[in-house]
Amino acid sequence: MMKVAKKIYMGLLYLFLYAPIIVLIVFSFNESKSRGHWGGFTLKWYAELFRDRQIREALYYTLLVAVLSTVISTIVGTLAALGIHNMSKLGRTVVLNINNLPVLNPDIVTGVALMTLFISMGLELGLVTMLIAHVVFSIPYVILSVLPKLRQLNKHTAEAALDLGATPSYALRKVILPEIMPGIVSGALMAFTLSIDDFVISFFTAGTEATNLSILIYSMAKRGVKPTINALSTLMFITIVVLMLIINKKSDKGENLLL
Amino acid sequence: MGKVLIELKNLTKRYGDMTAVDHINLTIRENEFVTLLGPSGCGKTTTLRMIGGFEEPDEGEIYFEGKLLNNVPPYKRNINTVFQRYALFTHLNVFENVAFGLRIKKVPKHEIEQRVKRMLKMVDLEGFEKRYVDSLSGGQQQRVAIARALVNEPKVLLLDEPLGALDLKLRKEMQIELLDMQRRVGITFIYVTHDQEEALTMSDTVVVMNKGVIQQVGTPQDIYNEPINRFVADFIGESNIIEATMPEDFKVAFDGVVLDCVDKGFEPNEPVDIVIRPEDIRIVTNPDEGMIKGTVTSVVFKGVHYEMLIQSDYREYMVHRTMMFPVGSVVGMNIQPADIQVMKRGEAIE
Repeated sequence: MMKVAKKIYMGLLYLFLYAPIIVLIVFSFNESKSRGHWGGFTLKWYAELFRDRQIREALYYTLLVAVLSTVISTIVGTLAALGIHNMSKLGRTVVLNINNLPVLNPDIVTGVALMTLFISMGLELGLVTMLIAHVVFSIPYVILSVLPKLRQLNKHTAEAALDLGATPSYALRKVILPEIMPGIVSGALMAFTLSIDDFVISFFTAGTEATNLSILIYSMAKRGVKPTINALSTLMFITIVVLMLIINKKSDKGENLLL
Repeated sequence: MGKVLIELKNLTKRYGDMTAVDHINLTIRENEFVTLLGPSGCGKTTTLRMIGGFEEPDEGEIYFEGKLLNNVPPYKRNINTVFQRYALFTHLNVFENVAFGLRIKKVPKHEIEQRVKRMLKMVDLEGFEKRYVDSLSGGQQQRVAIARALVNEPKVLLLDEPLGALDLKLRKEMQIELLDMQRRVGITFIYVTHDQEEALTMSDTVVVMNKGVIQQVGTPQDIYNEPINRFVADFIGESNIIEATMPEDFKVAFDGVVLDCVDKGFEPNEPVDIVIRPEDIRIVTNPDEGMIKGTVTSVVFKGVHYEMLIQSDYREYMVHRTMMFPVGSVVGMNIQPADIQVMKRGEAIE
């Protein structure tokens, strides 16, 4: 009896959590334009999606910003993690706390703050400012993802490479980076996911010229929800799920303690 | 005695206010197995790391084959190291770990193949080439670490507590194997440990250190039989350390008795410390036949011998004998002159 009750409770909980997304996915295949009733199965909204120039452009911006911000934040974050790892204990604690602050900071605050900064610097809001913003909010996650791998490393690993004749730069390239690669990869995946996922910060820093998918969906929704939005949202949801599965699969192997 | 290979002159290392290594002088020869022995924090590892090039000396010089080594970076020293907990490269397999140094030196491929194979055979790891180091046992990882260092044919191998992470039985086996390897490859080993038994088993020369200062340098026999001060006597094996005086050469006086010894050259009535090893005290059942009288207060069976505590009128003696004397029995104790080691009074060299 108890067992059944537990299962029902679990079922209801997940139904409650996932009902909106399920409805969204179902209606993305709805023939009828109305949200109220089911008019038969169709893929036409998906087809329309790819015909829409505006959406194609938004997809392009989303992917461009995601790829660039991932590359930049992964490089910067990994180097920062190497530096933090070699700091004194006190310095490390201070820097890590500063690093964690943006992670906890509400997106809206980060977004508004970045916008204010860009405007006060006289930068025109657009693709570049959005890219900078994405790099900024991704770096802390990359650091948090790389540091545990560095901590797992035997503290003499770098010395062992030097001992065997490696110059410091050779030791970094051929030993340290490969040893912490799992952390770097999950940091990069995390950065990519966050970038695709982000709306609030993008909204405040993108201006009017560079519209990514999340901003586009928001502005489309304001004008009334078209079924293409359902299709687009479904695709974004699936992308994020796939990325999350990859990240979790990596952490299953005990390689990453993040999340 | 081989040629001098390494010379440390006034070598000093400080961390803030703490002096980790304090003006030490040491000569290490070709083919020698030298052990730096001492409690943790005595400066043995710091000394080793300065020879390896991982710490910069604050004062003093390191000479290698007569050339100053101080400013040579570790990757240009003809010295290799076996690190604590091995520090193997987990992203590479066994073969690539061992081949790492040779690849950097751009040794031709077929030669790398040969040398790595030969080295793996020597450390008894044939057929492990493709295995990843994480899948190996502690003892096997240890062997990979040794192979990775020795394949470069260094003139000196530094070993930093290499057996510390292994269990007792494996440690004993590896001690013998390491010693055997050192004889076969014929190079100098500088070995750091806090385990006195390990040091006595393996070394040609033992360097006992405390608080950054070398206390005594000598063969294992020298160190054990003729410790130079209280610290060395206490650190190496069990010992009875007694404050005494030397009324004249070849005599020591303590607890109301005067015994013969083989030491001389102290001032008349100079206060000294004497060391008597527990296995050097003989017990006679008739107390009147002994030099010192006492009562057995405790008996512990240790396998090869019994460890007994015998209380005299002045102090307690630890005695190791294969024959057991029951608790409460009054016995006599005898000590041969050669078994009394006389040392200058004082805890340790500061």
